[in-house]
Amino acid sequence: MTKTTQTAVCQTQDRPVAGRLKQSWAKLRRNRAALVGGILLLIYVLTALLAPVLFPGNPSAPNLMKSLERPSLEHPLGTDELGRSILGRIIYGSRVSLLIAVGVISVGLIIGVPLGLVSGYYGGKVDFGIQRVTDTMLAFPGFLLALSLVAVLGVGLKNTVISIGISMVPTYIRLVRGCVLSVKEEVYVEAARAVGTRDIAILFRHILPNVMVPITVQTSLGMGTAILFAAGLGFLGIGIQPPTPEWGTMLGSGRVYLFNAPHVATIPGIAIFLAVLSFNLLGDGLRDALDPRFKL
Amino acid sequence: MKPILTISELHTRFHTIDGVVNAVDGLDLEVFRGETMGLVGESGCGKSVTALSILQLLSCPPAEIQGCIFFEDTNLLALDREGIRKIRGNTISMIFQEPMTSLNPVLTIGEQISEAIRLHQGVTRQEAWKRAVEMLQMVQIPEPAARAREHPHKLSGGMRQRAMIAIALSCNPQLILADEPTTALDVTIQAQIMSLMVRLKEKLDTSIVLITHDLGVIAEMASRVVVMYAGRVVEEAPVRDLFKDPRHPYTQGLLGSVPVIGRKAETGRRLQEIPGIVPSPLEMPIGCRFHPRCPKTIDVCREKEPPMVHLDEHRRVNCWLEAGGSG
Repeated sequence: MTKTTQTAVCQTQDRPVAGRLKQSWAKLRRNRAALVGGILLLIYVLTALLAPVLFPGNPSAPNLMKSLERPSLEHPLGTDELGRSILGRIIYGSRVSLLIAVGVISVGLIIGVPLGLVSGYYGGKVDFGIQRVTDTMLAFPGFLLALSLVAVLGVGLKNTVISIGISMVPTYIRLVRGCVLSVKEEVYVEAARAVGTRDIAILFRHILPNVMVPITVQTSLGMGTAILFAAGLGFLGIGIQPPTPEWGTMLGSGRVYLFNAPHVATIPGIAIFLAVLSFNLLGDGLRDALDPRFKL
Repeated sequence: MKPILTISELHTRFHTIDGVVNAVDGLDLEVFRGETMGLVGESGCGKSVTALSILQLLSCPPAEIQGCIFFEDTNLLALDREGIRKIRGNTISMIFQEPMTSLNPVLTIGEQISEAIRLHQGVTRQEAWKRAVEMLQMVQIPEPAARAREHPHKLSGGMRQRAMIAIALSCNPQLILADEPTTALDVTIQAQIMSLMVRLKEKLDTSIVLITHDLGVIAEMASRVVVMYAGRVVEEAPVRDLFKDPRHPYTQGLLGSVPVIGRKAETGRRLQEIPGIVPSPLEMPIGCRFHPRCPKTIDVCREKEPPMVHLDEHRRVNCWLEAGGSG
């Protein structure tokens, strides 16, 4: 599996918005890797949205008579140990992983972005406090942090999202804070204060839109990480619980049959690989496209 | 006549790693209703810090502001955060030097003007937008309704400065602090912006504190001039008197270093410079702060700070030569 790049370039908007977006789009289109990532992501999202159309049956209904079958016309990707179609479970699993990715990023954004804004803008004691908590959280490897949080909160979809989401918060705080530190020195922020704009409006109306580029890049990269973490938790049996079709859980239960039915574990692995790859390729492409210093 | 802005004994200090920097050190000045007062001095003499101190926009790095700044009968330094916020942009507003960077690139011109209006006038979004378009019309931007919907990058420097003036004037302030409003512009645009400011000032009966190092701009716009050096007022005079008969050696030096078109080089009168630079605020010279650069230094200048000498009702000079050279 690919390793998620955790760096997003902090860059403020110093050029015309419309022209820059146009140019960025042109750069993104010329970047083949990003294009592949985008297409993979599109297939992934469409699969998740159209799951009932693509696979009309119940992906969780067992049929023990047909367990561990090899790929056939009836079950194009074979069946698992309970005789359930792996194709169906992969299709429905895309919904779960996409839901987790979106949920995790929402948690990360909702908690991380305001804290980063406040930390960077006010500085001083507030900044010190927030940054020491962030340091503490960053001292743990992200997955370990998510794992410990699951141990506290318990298993299930909601707790998986919250745990992984919280493990992503420090990254957002750091990223946003760093960008705010440079944007808040801009004359237009001083000018906004000079007309009596309230701090809250300065933060969300004047500063936030100017730090959206790195946040966007980090969001794309973070979604890949979120899927990987969720699969990791599922594999260990403390993520989404069966019979909900989840790729990591499928991989975990399939590994027992690795020698007599290798497809059971391999196919979910490929699905996770492709999903994470799509987000990473797109994220890297976005970073290059939105960074004016990087000319293609 | 009662001044609308009275600053007395203003001290603005920055606590830095290298020591305490006295950016403004015991400044006194008054601004009257409807006048344009010029605040002149070299870079680093405390002009901008004075303006920022008035609106208390110096939160970063933490500045210590002492003294009194009375706006009519309100002591601005005694106000809380919310109190000063209501003053900013409403009764006192500010125009910045760099029109290229003083407008937010992600918001349209109209949004930025109407934001100021909505903050202080409590009107609806539509009403504020309508007023914003009217303001653009007033600062003579062609097709104001269309321009209001555009982002700053589509406007030229002169246009942006007009938009900044529109923001500054949007709530009919009684005082405008214009911090080098024309420095970053072409000379032809400078003239346009200056005449626009003069016209609007007369129309709206606003007072202007014009901060600049450009004596040409001062001669054009100001009625009264305060010359600052190293955080202090060194001379104050009506604009004609200052140009005709500068008393402080620093003012004389400033006027001497302005190129005059038509003054011939062969007459031997080369452009005169003031030797040296503004002293570091960390190492202020003892005695008169200007004495190391002053061509007319006498002994007492090196020992004691000069007194403020009031020549008449409108003129004051901070120099030992005017005080008779004795403590």
